[in-house]
Amino acid sequence: MAVTDLRKPINPVRAIGERIIQIALLLAAAVSIFTTAGIVFSLIFETIAFFSEVSIIEFLTDTEWTPLFANQRFGIWPLVSATVLTSAIAMVVAVPLGLIAAIFLSEFANDRVRRTVKPLLEILAGIPTVVYGYFALTFLTPLLRNFIPTLSIFNSLSAGLIMGVMLIPIVASLSEDALSAVPNSLREAAYGLGSTRFEVAVHVILPAAISGVIASIVLAFSRAVGETMIVAIAAGQNPRLTFDPTVPVMTMTSYIVQVSLGDTPYGSLSYHTLYAVGFTLFLFTFVLNIFSYWMVRKFREVYD
Amino acid sequence: MTIIHEMDRSNPNAIEARNMSVYYGSFRAVKNVNLAIEKNRITALIGPSGCGKSTVLRSFNRMNDLVASARVEGEILFHGENIYAPGVDPVNVRRRIGMVFQKPNPFPKSIYENVAYGPRINGWKLSKSQMDELVERSLRGAALWDEVKDKLNQNGLSLSGGQQQRLCIARALAVEPEVILMDEPCSALDPISTLKIEELMFELRQNYTIIIVTHNMQQASRASDYTAFFLMDSDRAGQLIEYGPTSQIFQNPKDERTEQYISGRFG
Repeated sequence: MAVTDLRKPINPVRAIGERIIQIALLLAAAVSIFTTAGIVFSLIFETIAFFSEVSIIEFLTDTEWTPLFANQRFGIWPLVSATVLTSAIAMVVAVPLGLIAAIFLSEFANDRVRRTVKPLLEILAGIPTVVYGYFALTFLTPLLRNFIPTLSIFNSLSAGLIMGVMLIPIVASLSEDALSAVPNSLREAAYGLGSTRFEVAVHVILPAAISGVIASIVLAFSRAVGETMIVAIAAGQNPRLTFDPTVPVMTMTSYIVQVSLGDTPYGSLSYHTLYAVGFTLFLFTFVLNIFSYWMVRKFREVYD
Repeated sequence: MTIIHEMDRSNPNAIEARNMSVYYGSFRAVKNVNLAIEKNRITALIGPSGCGKSTVLRSFNRMNDLVASARVEGEILFHGENIYAPGVDPVNVRRRIGMVFQKPNPFPKSIYENVAYGPRINGWKLSKSQMDELVERSLRGAALWDEVKDKLNQNGLSLSGGQQQRLCIARALAVEPEVILMDEPCSALDPISTLKIEELMFELRQNYTIIIVTHNMQQASRASDYTAFFLMDSDRAGQLIEYGPTSQIFQNPKDERTEQYISGRFG
């Protein structure tokens, strides 16, 4: 009998099928990479086009943003201040409430409560943001006006507060995962020294899980910076450099919505502003991510 | 809240279990244990896997409370007070009956902070120098000081396994307990580290009562004063078979099952 040829496939069809699947998988992975690269490149190109007409110094030093008016001014700070203000208000709500919820679920609640409450909390994250936006505009703002009569119809306070509510499940759910991942041996060690539940949670478990907790907070902040519908509906359309939470403002995302909805001609200067603002937004989240990476490494308490 | 009385000198026992049974849900894991642990002695709990020796140990400082389904019947007396009586705060029990676990479990903090943790949460108002002193005393007590005195700010997890376990002992000593429970403290350690821990136990015995669970019979025979032998009964509940001075249990056991176990015929 002839020597078996090891190079000859036993089943040629199977070998070809294997090859096709490999290529399909590679293509699927490549799509997301090319899309990301495409977005970044188009942002950069259009942003360069913008800066060929407007000086970067004006962009960074002017305090007015009026690209759609006759008297065009291109200072980015009014949009940045509004984004920072609404996001900061949101974090004031989301971080404490989210962390308390996470600590309760991970360290105090029994299994049954945890299994019921966590999915319920995550439903909050499934509510469309447009619903949150109208909730802020038509419910929270009128309510707050009972206490703050000078509050404008559109304001960053109620937009920020509602955005904070939207972000609670992100902080709570991801922090809970980080807290639960801390090995039980550390809990036993702490209880064995006569710690109360609260001391175990705050002095041992939270520090051990801090990198995951910080990651959840930064992710929530990134979401706040990029959040569009709530601020577009409830925070107003008035670019102004202020940190007063009671007056209408315009965030970077609100501006993008405004221009996209309007009849801005393609290729015009006001069209290019979209990309300049978009690029600033991108830089914001990019820096946030690097910052969180650094924080996580700096504060991580490694166990095992 | 019940106040546990100050050290009662006339009572030779540190802990006394009276007709104690432990349940996990409806399953009885340990039944009808009567056991008196003498002060300033090392008592070893031995027996094959599943005989309930760890469950008994964990009942002594209410660590089983952390398991939602666990329930203890009978009494465990500490200074004449049942630690399972209504109103007794398990936190207070654990502050006076410390524990060292099977796997070294230092906190992911510095060596210094590991030892200082207990006194801090206990709310002891110590100056910096008093705390330094307490940390040094505890680390010396755990025979670890000389190895770590120059790197107290390093992470506790950077130490070797044996050093980590001694750090855990130092951490337990820092809150000045009366009793130290050790749940197979050497099972994750090499022979040299094991020997160090055993030598350490003999030193600690002057000031503390030590109860150790071990599956290593040589360890029980060379490193304990008293030995309690547990075995699983036909209903799968662990029970105390024989209890006495270690020399008697290992050289002249009264129960046939003890004799079979220590001679290595099962388990």
